[in-house]
Amino acid sequence: MKASASIVVVILGAVLIFCSFGFPPWGDPESAASRHVSPYYIEKSMDDTSVPNIVTAVLADYRGYDTMFETIVIFTAGIACIFLLRSPTRRRTDTRLYRHIPTGITLRIEKGGKFPADSVDFERIDSVWVPYDLIVKTTCRLIVPFIQLFALYVIAHGHHSPGGGFQGGVILGAAMLLIAVAFDLRSAKRRLSEKTAAFLGTLGVVIYAGTGIVCALLGANYLDYSALAPLLGVDPITARSHGILIVEIGVGIAVMAVMVMLYYNISSAGRQDEGL
Amino acid sequence: MIWQIEFIIFTIVIILAIGAISVKDLLSAAILFGAYSFMMCLLWAIMGAVDVAFTEASVGAGISTVLFVAAVFRTTRRTKD
Repeated sequence: MKASASIVVVILGAVLIFCSFGFPPWGDPESAASRHVSPYYIEKSMDDTSVPNIVTAVLADYRGYDTMFETIVIFTAGIACIFLLRSPTRRRTDTRLYRHIPTGITLRIEKGGKFPADSVDFERIDSVWVPYDLIVKTTCRLIVPFIQLFALYVIAHGHHSPGGGFQGGVILGAAMLLIAVAFDLRSAKRRLSEKTAAFLGTLGVVIYAGTGIVCALLGANYLDYSALAPLLGVDPITARSHGILIVEIGVGIAVMAVMVMLYYNISSAGRQDEGL
Repeated sequence: MIWQIEFIIFTIVIILAIGAISVKDLLSAAILFGAYSFMMCLLWAIMGAVDVAFTEASVGAGISTVLFVAAVFRTTRRTKD
């Protein structure tokens, strides 16, 4: 079985490498991809949308319909992860571990015992033993605001530099994951609960699709942002630039929420109690 | 672009790809896959696709490595085959 699988892989790889010789040379101006629509985007995207970054203009404006369904694909991935992993019943773990922070003593409280209330002295810890690490926690607490600020910059500055909703949303989600890894899953869920994440994921998709519906209601094509000009109080070309920003914010919110949802469910095996 | 740098990155990409599928420890495979994503990110940047490189660095090397490590943590570290 393994030998036949490797033979198939080797043959397919050889076919792929053989076919790659048929590609046009890298950066060839005479290739089919460079002759058809690319010259239009390169020459006209600045005049059409007033966005200097052509990639952003193509992604969110000319090919906005495609990007909307990319966002929906990511949202569907988050929903599928919930359906597959999330356990419907809230199973309470019988024994819990607490750490008395001033002395460093770990308490193991069996089923039926009285759990200590939330205080600065007692901290609930995961059943996989973790040492109390002040340096890691403090470093992450200091660095997370800067990661989030950079993520917002990436979302907002996608018009002028590489970046946009997907990358910024992923970085924003990574900041949340850093909290979950450095502290534990429960303190991450106190900051961004599962319900909030699900709501934000839906909100992002609704922002994107709703922008298109508003454009359609104002008499233009679906996702033709120039129709937003009277609402935003700018000329139609600047309105396309602003419309790109609106949908990028929607994409960023949706991607951030879905990344957090995926991590919550995978790291806790769907129980959302004790994480990585 | 300096072809020596490109050659070195290509070699590292192939080594990491073979390592990621042949290593027995799944945690090592996840880390190798993250390193592979970083090298691919450098290749995209060399070819001028900066947006793709940015996506590869944030999604491929960042989030997916964390999700792989989380999945390994909840399942098993040793592969069956």
